[in-house]
Amino acid sequence: MEILVYGTINSVSLALMGLGFAMVYGISRIPNFAHGALYIICGFVTWTFFHKIGLPYSISIILSLGVNAILGMLMYRFILIRVRGMNISEIIASYAIGLIILEGLRFGGFRGMTYTLPVFMEGSMMIGGVPVDYHRLIMTIIGVLLITGLWVFTHYTKIGLALQGMAQDEQAALMLGIDSDLMAMLAMGFGAVLAGAAATLILPLGNIVVESGYHVLIMSIAVCIVGGLGSWMGAFFAAFIIGYAQILTSVFIGSHFQMVVAILAIILTLILKPSGLFGQQKELEERV
Amino acid sequence: MSTQKLRKERIDRGIKVRSDGLYALMSWRELSYLTLPRFILIAGLLALPFLIPGMYWQRVISIVCIYAILALSFDFLAHYVGLVSLGGAFFIGTGGYIAGILNSYFSIPPVFTIPLAAILGGAVCTLFILPCLPLKGVYFAIITLMYPLFMARVIEAFDIFGGTDGIVGIDSFSSAFVEQYFVIGMLLIFLFGIRRLVTTDRGLIFTAIMDNDQAVKASGINITQYKALAVFIASAMGCLGGACLTHIYMWSGISQFALDFSILPIAATVIGGAGTLVGPIIGCLILVPVSEFLRDFGTLRIVFYASILVGFILFRSDGIMVFGQRKYEQFERWTKI
Repeated sequence: MEILVYGTINSVSLALMGLGFAMVYGISRIPNFAHGALYIICGFVTWTFFHKIGLPYSISIILSLGVNAILGMLMYRFILIRVRGMNISEIIASYAIGLIILEGLRFGGFRGMTYTLPVFMEGSMMIGGVPVDYHRLIMTIIGVLLITGLWVFTHYTKIGLALQGMAQDEQAALMLGIDSDLMAMLAMGFGAVLAGAAATLILPLGNIVVESGYHVLIMSIAVCIVGGLGSWMGAFFAAFIIGYAQILTSVFIGSHFQMVVAILAIILTLILKPSGLFGQQKELEERV
Repeated sequence: MSTQKLRKERIDRGIKVRSDGLYALMSWRELSYLTLPRFILIAGLLALPFLIPGMYWQRVISIVCIYAILALSFDFLAHYVGLVSLGGAFFIGTGGYIAGILNSYFSIPPVFTIPLAAILGGAVCTLFILPCLPLKGVYFAIITLMYPLFMARVIEAFDIFGGTDGIVGIDSFSSAFVEQYFVIGMLLIFLFGIRRLVTTDRGLIFTAIMDNDQAVKASGINITQYKALAVFIASAMGCLGGACLTHIYMWSGISQFALDFSILPIAATVIGGAGTLVGPIIGCLILVPVSEFLRDFGTLRIVFYASILVGFILFRSDGIMVFGQRKYEQFERWTKI
């Protein structure tokens, strides 16, 4: 029972981490290696709004999500747009931006164990004999809502459909009058907001530390690779596979191995089936 | 607004054209035009230990050369074979650990551990990378980025080879002089060796694989074999660097799998000029000392070289070396259209 409950919670948090990465890659084909940095910066911005400026918690969350969206869009508009289409330059440039943000934060004094965000609701309840605190419960519920909301958004709104059109075939989307650069910029914005949402949901459970930026990046890559790059549904299912696998290993083998499992998942998926479980890429594109 | 428009035109210098042909052998001027840049590089590298004062900066020379070897292997793999490997740390770490194990567990002297580490490490890295050789682009980059992280986590989780403490008490080089000249010598050998290699028939096949692997396959050449050979060459170079690093610091540990070793060579390649082979070395000669200067500022140095990297990718994506080569070989003038 414990495995089931905590496996689900872990899976949803992984899905939250990976969703932004999957979205940006799915739409603009940019592997956004600054994803972890966007996650962490949102945590610190929320912390600054809440503790330094003294705004109410809910408002500071909304504001920091806005800041993140702007940051993501600026990143695309001024830097990534110039290297778009060149795979390796995209990786190097976005990773370098991520490094600048993360190490800049570390240099700026954001290190140590002193940065925490309050949980949404204190207390805990029993689910099937396992104690679960309310925050984890809220996180899971909001996570599932967010994922379904995203699905509805991409299937039933005009912008969502435009984004989907671009994800399927950029040339055709261009011909139908969809501004691909604008859409890619929006996608980066949404990706950043999703990273921020994941941060505000997950970070109250522990301290905000810069190192977890790298951790989040690896986890989101793991989720997206296993699920198939560019496939959101795949990312969602992969999150459950990796989430349960992690909980199982930490229960039966040891918590040291959690990260090994994630990285092993990436390596094995790439070797055995590079397009992932639900990948939309054709085999020929990635293999010789 | 004037209707007259000007255009910049680049023309090869006369001396460049002359020295391309047999004329080069007929005059000292042409001969020195050809050999001077190479001579400056070789003599400059060899003279470095005499020019640099202080123990600390003497050590930096060796580190620069190790990074340069790594950057060279990255450049070769990325721009002559078309495999963009972000796993420099994987090569360094494997070589470092093999040298450490051989030296501290089997007490083999550094003279043998370094070549052994290069060959064994090259073989190990090639074996690991072999299954993912058919991958392309982002996929290959991601998987090679994951390998060093994976190795570090495995060593940490299983607590093998000294676990998080690493292997300590490894022999050092017999003197600083030997250490510096060994790495400088290896760097020069690799540089000119790779330059030679890429112009041979084998090198031609490597380049062809990068340009169009399907066509190479269609001509009946086993591309996996060639890619594996290229990976072996590159990873052996990286492993040799790692082995030297282990003997310099008398220690091998998890931090040899750190991302620094993957990122800095790439930054150096981008800055120095991708695909020129000399460029990455120049990039390292600039970047590593600068990042040592900034060591007092802690993580600011990472911010610094990441910013340089972004700047170069955006505005000067051809790098210093290509720019310098153009100035050396061509002159520019404005002409009317």
